[in-house]
Amino acid sequence: MGSSGTAVLTGAHYLDGDYACAEGAIAAGCRIFAGYPITPSTEIAERIAKRFPTVGGTFIQMEDELASMAAVLGAVWGGAKAMTVTSGPGFSLMQENIGLGMMTETPCVVVDVQRGGPSTGLPTLTGQQDMMQARWGSHGDYEVIALSPSSPQECFDLTITCFNLAEKYRLPVLFMMDECVGHMTEKVVIPEPGRIDVWPRRWYRGPKEEYRPYLPDKDGVPPMVKAGEDYRFHVTGLTHDERGYPVINAECQKRCVTRLSTKIRENADDIMIIEEDEFVRNGSADVVVVAYGISARVATKAIDEARARGVKVGLLRLITVWPFPEKKIHDLAGKVKCLVMPEINLGQMYREMQRAAEGRCKTALVPHCGGWVHDPSDILAAIMENSK
Amino acid sequence: MSTPVTVAPNQSAHHPLDEFLRTDRIPHIWCPTCGLGTVLNSFLTAIKDSGIPRQDIAVVSGIGCTGRTAGYVWLDSFHTTHGRALPFATGLKVANPKLKIVVISGDGDLVAIGGNHLIHAARRNMDMTVICVNNFNYAMTGGQFGPTTPRKAKLTTAPYGSYEHPFNLPFLVESCGATYVARWTALHVRQVQTSFREALHHRGFSFVEVISPCPTVYGRRNQLGSGLDISMYYRDNSVVKHNADTRECDIRYQESIIVGRFVQKEKPTYLDTMNEYLTETLGSKYTPYQGPMSDGD
Amino acid sequence: MKYWRKPLDADSKRAPHGCVHVILERCKGCGFCITYCPRHVLESSPEFNRKGYHPPIEIHPELCVDCKLCEAICPEFAIWNTPVKETTSEEVTHSGK
Repeated sequence: MGSSGTAVLTGAHYLDGDYACAEGAIAAGCRIFAGYPITPSTEIAERIAKRFPTVGGTFIQMEDELASMAAVLGAVWGGAKAMTVTSGPGFSLMQENIGLGMMTETPCVVVDVQRGGPSTGLPTLTGQQDMMQARWGSHGDYEVIALSPSSPQECFDLTITCFNLAEKYRLPVLFMMDECVGHMTEKVVIPEPGRIDVWPRRWYRGPKEEYRPYLPDKDGVPPMVKAGEDYRFHVTGLTHDERGYPVINAECQKRCVTRLSTKIRENADDIMIIEEDEFVRNGSADVVVVAYGISARVATKAIDEARARGVKVGLLRLITVWPFPEKKIHDLAGKVKCLVMPEINLGQMYREMQRAAEGRCKTALVPHCGGWVHDPSDILAAIMENSK
Repeated sequence: MSTPVTVAPNQSAHHPLDEFLRTDRIPHIWCPTCGLGTVLNSFLTAIKDSGIPRQDIAVVSGIGCTGRTAGYVWLDSFHTTHGRALPFATGLKVANPKLKIVVISGDGDLVAIGGNHLIHAARRNMDMTVICVNNFNYAMTGGQFGPTTPRKAKLTTAPYGSYEHPFNLPFLVESCGATYVARWTALHVRQVQTSFREALHHRGFSFVEVISPCPTVYGRRNQLGSGLDISMYYRDNSVVKHNADTRECDIRYQESIIVGRFVQKEKPTYLDTMNEYLTETLGSKYTPYQGPMSDGD
Repeated sequence: MKYWRKPLDADSKRAPHGCVHVILERCKGCGFCITYCPRHVLESSPEFNRKGYHPPIEIHPELCVDCKLCEAICPEFAIWNTPVKETTSEEVTHSGK
């Protein structure tokens, strides 16, 4: 499925991650944007404000992040692809409506260009401190899909992937950028529209009178409709049955809420996107660095240096960070001495990695409080120490 | 004693408004003598008489007793999070400008937690109709006071009586830019129907405040009697004053209430101004939004 | 209603006449229709429905003028009017209050 014509800026560009993300959204067919300015995501909104009026989109700056997320959900039910962008403090504000998006199974994309936290923190400097919040930010039980780019090119490509996954699994997909990648300027190649894979929305195509908003297909995901077509459907954040009607009892909760998790868990292998180098693939590594976002790029310098010193070290880069690739990590843990994770926080995805490894190997965290990227020598020290 | 009433048997009983009701969820959860059922009745009558095609109408509500309205109307309806019905409706409107969007929510939902969204939606003159059912408290959660509770009324979080200054809603929304503002009590049924119809046809931000009895919490906690007693009180103490100065429309505890249509004016809506301005500044480069995706996308 | 003289069009003008339908099981006994009927057609029934509420009954069905106020005011969508044959204004004059 190709993406729309003149909106796509085919060619090679020199763009920063934020701008590349905006172009990715346009290429994916996003035509409604509701957002609120917050450093370091503001450039995405600015680029969209400039581009949307020329490509048939509507940009609306809302009064706060709560309104932004609510407006995105409304726009999706109106029949558009919609997105919002934010950073840590705004991400916290959006959680309730992200939860509404999860419960109502509304496909959309929420971009969090992470910065140093907590609270106001370091508005202009990088962090990777919202990773657990992406998973557990809203109340209640649900599963998320979250992706993390390591370059402006990936900011373009993976934004499209986010929209695709959102449509396929009907939920808000979280794009966990970080300020470093967002403000980094690199070459971004944008293909012709016909070569960009944009997945369509899962529209219901059966008879109107048989439509049940939350009756799932075989893969656990229900097809959807939009307002204005006389389907006369009801959508609620209350626990609901297949008709979309609130039913307040434990039995309905079990049916309704379990499916929100199983539709992701049972398709986790399909959703997973990782990048492993040959040391990981051929099982010869003694130490594997598991990293995501900008930290993965910083780690490559440490890895090169460690290899020069004779250590068999590989890199496993997580592109989908949620659902966490538990099976992959579990298998890998059986083959290596140590898994090392550098991240710009005090240990968030590290806990997942530890849990998935189940003690089959050592694990080491290279934390960083934020404000800058790791010094590669810290990662190198962790590799060297754990390679013996 | 009396001639037997003509009763339609349950199975084939069709109230004239059943075509707009999710009859599989009737009777609704609202208390006996609550005004919400009457407000819903007036609303459905208004949409039936308005001539607007039913597929073009979308109802958005928030959380609270009034928020349950979305679950009872047999139209595209959305029951969203507390206070966020208005921005959800904004998103819905910009994605499909042809929709006639009605936000039906309560005083706490629209004016307290949703206050910021209320003032901005009014400021933008978003083309939508807002029905604010004001029962002066947070009824669903047991009767806490809110920003419309008159001073001295007793509620669970104001056990000695509220000492806060309440909002004057018509004044608030008019000052923010609303272009149709009216207030009635739930039992002014004919006038409520008319105001709803006018608001539906009005292009721009329409706000209709409906004062409604809440016998189970507000009434009981202030010993005001049943919903019938409270609504008779409201009816007897309402003063109809069309085009009144909204600055004088405060509501004091158990005093007279000014009702009527206060504001009705024409002003370009948000989407009108957006389209006009971008056409003017970008000329042929402006590509307006094409509307929602079709089933092929 | 008392007239000071018989209206010239009394024979040709017809007052509407209606009858009341009630869905007994929907009624929650609020009393709005009984209190607000302008012709005092309705009263609370001695019978009650499944939930224990007393729905309305017509005690003066001949007085109903199909004004639809009960229909508009009922919170439960339990009562409505349909038109029946029209009566002359004279008949209404004699039996009305």
